[in-house]
Amino acid sequence: MLINDELQQIAQPILDEEAGAEHSIRVCVAAGCISSGSDKVLKELKAQVKERGLEGRCLVKGVGCMGPCAGGPVVRVDDGDVMYHNVGSDDAGEILDSLDGEPVKRLAQSMDTPFFKRQVKIALENSGVIDPERLEDYVAHEGYHALARVLTQMQPWEIIDEVTRSGLRGRGGAGYPAGLKWSTVAKAGGTKKYAVCNADEGDPGAFMDRSVLESDPHRVLEGMAIAAMAVGADQGYIYVRAEYPLAIKRLEKAIKQSERAGILGKRVLGTTYDFHVDVRLGAGAFVCGEETALLASIEGRRGTPRPRPPYPAESGLFGQSTLINNVETYANIPALIRNGADWFSSMGTETSKGTKVFALAGKVNNTGLIEVPMGTTLRDIVYEIGGGIPEDRPFKAVQTGGPSGGCIPADHLDSPVDYETLSKLGSIMGSGGMIVMDESSNMVDVAKYFMEFTTSESCGKCVPCRVGTTHMENLLTKILSGEATHHDLQLLEELCDLLQNTSLCGLGQAAPNPVVSTLRYFRHEYQALLTDDEVETTAQEEAE
Amino acid sequence: MSDQTVSIKTLKIDGRDVSARADETILAVAQQNGIDIPTLCHLDGLTPVGACRLCLVEIAGSNKLLPACVTTVREGMEVFTESEKLNRYRKMILELLFSERNHICAVCVSNGHCDLQDLAVRLGVDFIRYPYLHPVEKVDASHDRFVQDDNRCVLCGRCVRVCGELEGAHTWDFMGRGVQTRVITDLDTPWGESDSCTRCGKCVHVCPTGALIEKGRSVAEMAKRRQFLPYLTLMRQEDQQ
Repeated sequence: MLINDELQQIAQPILDEEAGAEHSIRVCVAAGCISSGSDKVLKELKAQVKERGLEGRCLVKGVGCMGPCAGGPVVRVDDGDVMYHNVGSDDAGEILDSLDGEPVKRLAQSMDTPFFKRQVKIALENSGVIDPERLEDYVAHEGYHALARVLTQMQPWEIIDEVTRSGLRGRGGAGYPAGLKWSTVAKAGGTKKYAVCNADEGDPGAFMDRSVLESDPHRVLEGMAIAAMAVGADQGYIYVRAEYPLAIKRLEKAIKQSERAGILGKRVLGTTYDFHVDVRLGAGAFVCGEETALLASIEGRRGTPRPRPPYPAESGLFGQSTLINNVETYANIPALIRNGADWFSSMGTETSKGTKVFALAGKVNNTGLIEVPMGTTLRDIVYEIGGGIPEDRPFKAVQTGGPSGGCIPADHLDSPVDYETLSKLGSIMGSGGMIVMDESSNMVDVAKYFMEFTTSESCGKCVPCRVGTTHMENLLTKILSGEATHHDLQLLEELCDLLQNTSLCGLGQAAPNPVVSTLRYFRHEYQALLTDDEVETTAQEEAE
Repeated sequence: MSDQTVSIKTLKIDGRDVSARADETILAVAQQNGIDIPTLCHLDGLTPVGACRLCLVEIAGSNKLLPACVTTVREGMEVFTESEKLNRYRKMILELLFSERNHICAVCVSNGHCDLQDLAVRLGVDFIRYPYLHPVEKVDASHDRFVQDDNRCVLCGRCVRVCGELEGAHTWDFMGRGVQTRVITDLDTPWGESDSCTRCGKCVHVCPTGALIEKGRSVAEMAKRRQFLPYLTLMRQEDQQ
């Protein structure tokens, strides 16, 4: 296999380095750890290794996210079962001293904990393992092997069939079956098609896509190239929000590297197939994560949604058939192709296969980035992986799906995390934000926070969302200030119904979800704030 | 277009059997058959955008409401343009519009000639339950012939579309987002200083309310004349053929 030989050649320097080294020190250089100074730690470690003449014997490299973001800067030595947390550059000497002996106790955190043991990594398999800025490292870890395989051994329909059989569903939020979307685009007419990656991650508290892009950018490119080959696209766009400068830098570097190596661009891996990828930056609008608004923005127009149908698969970018998937969806593809659909579908539940990455945040001991099999219960995520709530305070609710999602109360902690269950509970899977709340959170406050967000992010095109979100936010403010009556609560509920049923795009249709779900489970908190004791049904009876 | 074979669909609107070309929208077919679906952002001759959500209709077998102005017909489709639910939503949308800016008919130049007012009368909006937002919006009288009063704007985008699509000047566009959205001329320069404006006045006459008006009109004097629109649209279509 000529192509595999070429890939082998690319990976050789890394394999040689690793074969010669006795120790490896990995320092997290994703945005979270860099902001707490991991770049200085990396620099200091490298300098001291040089000073001590350990080069070649001890590898020091910057890697992507290792998960426990709250403990940054995070450093891992060899494959032992400890990880160093909160490392400073003045700890470098001590870490190097301990290489052949016991780990530095002061910094060490055991990895023999549910946080690590309960995770299953597919999209994040290389995160924290490879240097995100080196193509060689990605290739040495089976990178672009899946692309080589589809180029040489698979027909487009076979790729689509594999994805369909795997049961992979879109990781952007709605969970649309990926195989179905791919086959729709593949069947659409037209000579020009596009593959677009939605990296406009905007939910407050969510950073899954950012971590994937910062930790393993080539993986997303490989997933896109495979998808493009399957549907017949020769141009790809990655739409990244400009607030992710490091992800953008690494993506652009990755694109250059792979084009130079002949992996992307003209004649992909020496075949007759072309695939170019360009990065487009978002300008700070949450609504541009909505696919039709995203396409308008790539085209250089104002980023506002348009009614669907026609769906992008039929008429998308520049009027051509377009495939749009989220970062995490593409990141699942290389492993799925390498290991096969049966392997992928062996994980997860009946309807939701594989794993899901979550950004675990809020009142939980282990905040950070996790990847768990679909169907893991909320209790396992909060209490096992998350390590419970600080000071053992009682759990109140977990918020999933960001401003389009909802709050799930303690009664449902044993529910499995999959698309259907979460939507039955009044929330959504969403892109993977998960905020844990304890008893100190007031749910009306939580609802208002998200309502404020959607109000300021409403694009203003359709009336229900533009004006409705403003009134909903005002009504929530009024309720919180203790001046509202049952009539106000009724107006609020009517607006929820209006927005869900009449808004133009997903942003407006899902905007009431935080209010609806908190009303469903925590209605008493709203009622406690109202000024009158009027029985709530009166107004309704009057209307009837 | 005309020499191509176009497939014909049959469907039901409000229980009536109607026929339509496959590329026609529910709204167009309804209009041909004398069924009047309320619209605000729509205007025959301009690209439909589905923004005002007043033309939402129910389709049998679907729990989603669809905008009639952009939804094309399907064979065997059963459309309902009126229902208790649709009327309730339409009234709420109008109430939201009235509460958004400063729509005070009694002192408006467009009183009696206003699409928003007509819709409110037609749908029986006699009370606004939402608190008025009462924003302070600007009035731009820098143009020598026209005035823009943002207080009466409903952000339907008709001016933006007529200027871009028919006049080809693209003087108007949107700025900002949410309730802060405004229509602006050029890069938010005063209308009178606009380099691109051709002073054709099309925007004024497609505007549904008193937001774009001719100077020198007093209360209730600003009637809009839209006869040019079907004529221009027809001429353009014939040109393209």
